[in-house]
Amino acid sequence: MNVNFSEEELAFERDVKAFFKDKYPDDIRQKQDRGINLEKEDMVRWQKILNDQGWAAVNWPVEYGGTGWTPVQKYIFANESAANNAPAVVPFGMKMVAPIIYTFGNEQQKQRFLPDILASNVWWAQGYSEPGAGSDLASLKMRADRDGNEYILNGTKTWTTLGHLAEWIFCLVRTSSDVQRRQEGISFVLVDMATPGVTVRPIITIEGEREVNEVHFENVRIPVENLVGEEGKGWTYGKVLLQHERTNIAGVANSKYRLGKLKERTSKNIHGATPLLEDHAFRRKVGALEIEIKALEYTELRTLAAVAVGKAPGPESSILKVKGTELQQALDELFMEAAGYYALPFVRDQYRLDFPTDDKIGYSTETRSALRYFNNRKASIYGGSNEIQKNIVAKHVLGL
Amino acid sequence: MDFSLTEEQTMLQDSVSKFIDNDYDFEKRQSIAESTKGYSEEFWQTFAELGWTSVPFAEDDGGFGGGPLEIMLMMEQFGRGLVVEPFLANIILVGGVLRRLANAEQKEQWLNGIIDGSKQGALAFTEAQGRYTLSDIITTAKADGDNFVLNGSKAVVLNGGRADFLIIPARSSGKQRDEDGITLFIVDAKSAGISRSAYQTVDAHQAAEITLNDVRVPAANILGELGKAYPTIDAVIDEATLAASAEAVGIMQTLLLKTLEYSKSRVQFGVPISSFQALQHRMVDMLMGCEQSKSLLLWATMANADGSTEAKQAISAMKYLIGTTGRKVGQEAVQIHGGMGVSWEMDVAHYFKRLTAIELLFGNADFHLDKYAANI
Repeated sequence: MNVNFSEEELAFERDVKAFFKDKYPDDIRQKQDRGINLEKEDMVRWQKILNDQGWAAVNWPVEYGGTGWTPVQKYIFANESAANNAPAVVPFGMKMVAPIIYTFGNEQQKQRFLPDILASNVWWAQGYSEPGAGSDLASLKMRADRDGNEYILNGTKTWTTLGHLAEWIFCLVRTSSDVQRRQEGISFVLVDMATPGVTVRPIITIEGEREVNEVHFENVRIPVENLVGEEGKGWTYGKVLLQHERTNIAGVANSKYRLGKLKERTSKNIHGATPLLEDHAFRRKVGALEIEIKALEYTELRTLAAVAVGKAPGPESSILKVKGTELQQALDELFMEAAGYYALPFVRDQYRLDFPTDDKIGYSTETRSALRYFNNRKASIYGGSNEIQKNIVAKHVLGL
Repeated sequence: MDFSLTEEQTMLQDSVSKFIDNDYDFEKRQSIAESTKGYSEEFWQTFAELGWTSVPFAEDDGGFGGGPLEIMLMMEQFGRGLVVEPFLANIILVGGVLRRLANAEQKEQWLNGIIDGSKQGALAFTEAQGRYTLSDIITTAKADGDNFVLNGSKAVVLNGGRADFLIIPARSSGKQRDEDGITLFIVDAKSAGISRSAYQTVDAHQAAEITLNDVRVPAANILGELGKAYPTIDAVIDEATLAASAEAVGIMQTLLLKTLEYSKSRVQFGVPISSFQALQHRMVDMLMGCEQSKSLLLWATMANADGSTEAKQAISAMKYLIGTTGRKVGQEAVQIHGGMGVSWEMDVAHYFKRLTAIELLFGNADFHLDKYAANI
């Protein structure tokens, strides 16, 4: 056991640092650092740069264009990416549907879909939750009725993140109701969102932005070749996907970066005030959070190391999800507390490029802090709420 | 970065683990704890024969040449078995000072007996007014010809009552909290002027209040340099903090397992209480606490083993987290065991007590959070 990087790992770290220095576009960096919303074009451009380097699909098998990195390399890359405040990959294609396609899809599906995901040519959305099926996902009602060589889809998916920007959506749908367990009879299908009968309606979230949507399907016809794997086995595939999703949303590297920013901001005497970090009570809160983040970093590394010698992430990934989102939210709270009065202004246009960094309003990290806090209450709700994660751990890890 | 164990490390771990499984069940532990000595001399000899008491010492000194990682692996197992034998006091605290500072003669006279298990020692590093501040020492050492005369008192000295010899930090110069001016003296515990009042601690270990009244110690009994002992004491307490924390992690994991087992077998309202979601989620919280604690134990132990500049921060981070989550895990284990959890006859009660004692040793969570936060 040792904590230091090997020579090879240090060399890799140098390569990654050099890559971010040379290739990470300045305009995107500026937007990110000033807390301005990225356009889809920005995110696609960055993904294509990563893909040209061969670094777009960190976790994919090498044969489909993955990196083949060791856990430590993944850790190094994630940290450098976060340290540069580079945009995280939009997960729905790269991290969520792709693993299902390369694991359970047929050859034709792999050839048809994977290259466009890799190159960020096609954006995907996730169709799991329904108005009546949240934590109890298996109660989903959206139907796919077979009609010759087609399925006819009817139903509604909700909380569809970035659905208004996506070209394709993967859905869990009910192909049979004549089953003994509700988890049976669910299938995993891929839908071109341009198909007639698909309607996307915005849902405005708590902070006032459009991030999620409701997607309606009314007699939407898709070819049967858009079924992934076997009919009726979608639940099993979806579960695998959720485990991938959960390790993704721990967000440890990003939390480390944000904690660094919090310390940096609160070390300064903003508006002539005494630096907040000199306040004993606040400093202890920051210290305690940093310790928890460090612990989760090592928990994640241990999980990755186990995955490297074993199999796909198991139910343990639920622990990362629960703890990771708790820590993200604790950070949100500290940013908001640090901002004090300047957490209050609700100025929508501050997200746009030309909003002035006016002393009266404060910088975006402050005036966004309350909005981020409100928005990110979602973190302990999505991807299976943290209570559902605990149910999973209780059942599958603790055997209760 | 690497989490894998060497073959030698795995063998060491297995050997301790086997001893716990075969020879050290709870009933045995309790009978040892309630004996007059409070530990088993027979088992202590076994520890020596198996080479465990030699693990952290250099091969030149007759040791195994192990480091913080080997100690961690052993201490986790000692935690699992709730071992009361004074490994921490003798091997980590006393041994830690001797292997750093003892000269050849001193090693011959004192360290050999520690390694072969024939002698018991105690490091009297605590004074009542000092709480967790290691430099807070008012015991005085005044030169008198070739001797020094020690006066003062030492509080809650681990293993102090049954030790054959004591290592005593005393102030040879400077003010109460100065790091400079602290000297270590090694003395026979029966020397004139030493009075000891021994007692059992809540975790079935033993300690003593020690009073030093004009204790004359030859200058030859100084360990290391006059007035320069602080860095050694500090480094040894770091190692002891790591060792005790490894023991705590072993205890926490055991408490979780025992709680899971109990909840599956305890039937109320016609069903096992493990089927109640209110309890399931709390046991998941216990698991997360165990995993997070284990993670920082690994980080801190590896950092200390590698001599990393992060080591001190890592140790404080670890002790804080193990202090806070250990308290939660212990309390939850007792709570979920219900009335049984607060019964003397139940093992969980005693695991809980030892875990609580470790929380209070070498700086509690508050102390280490302050230390950590000062350097963020």
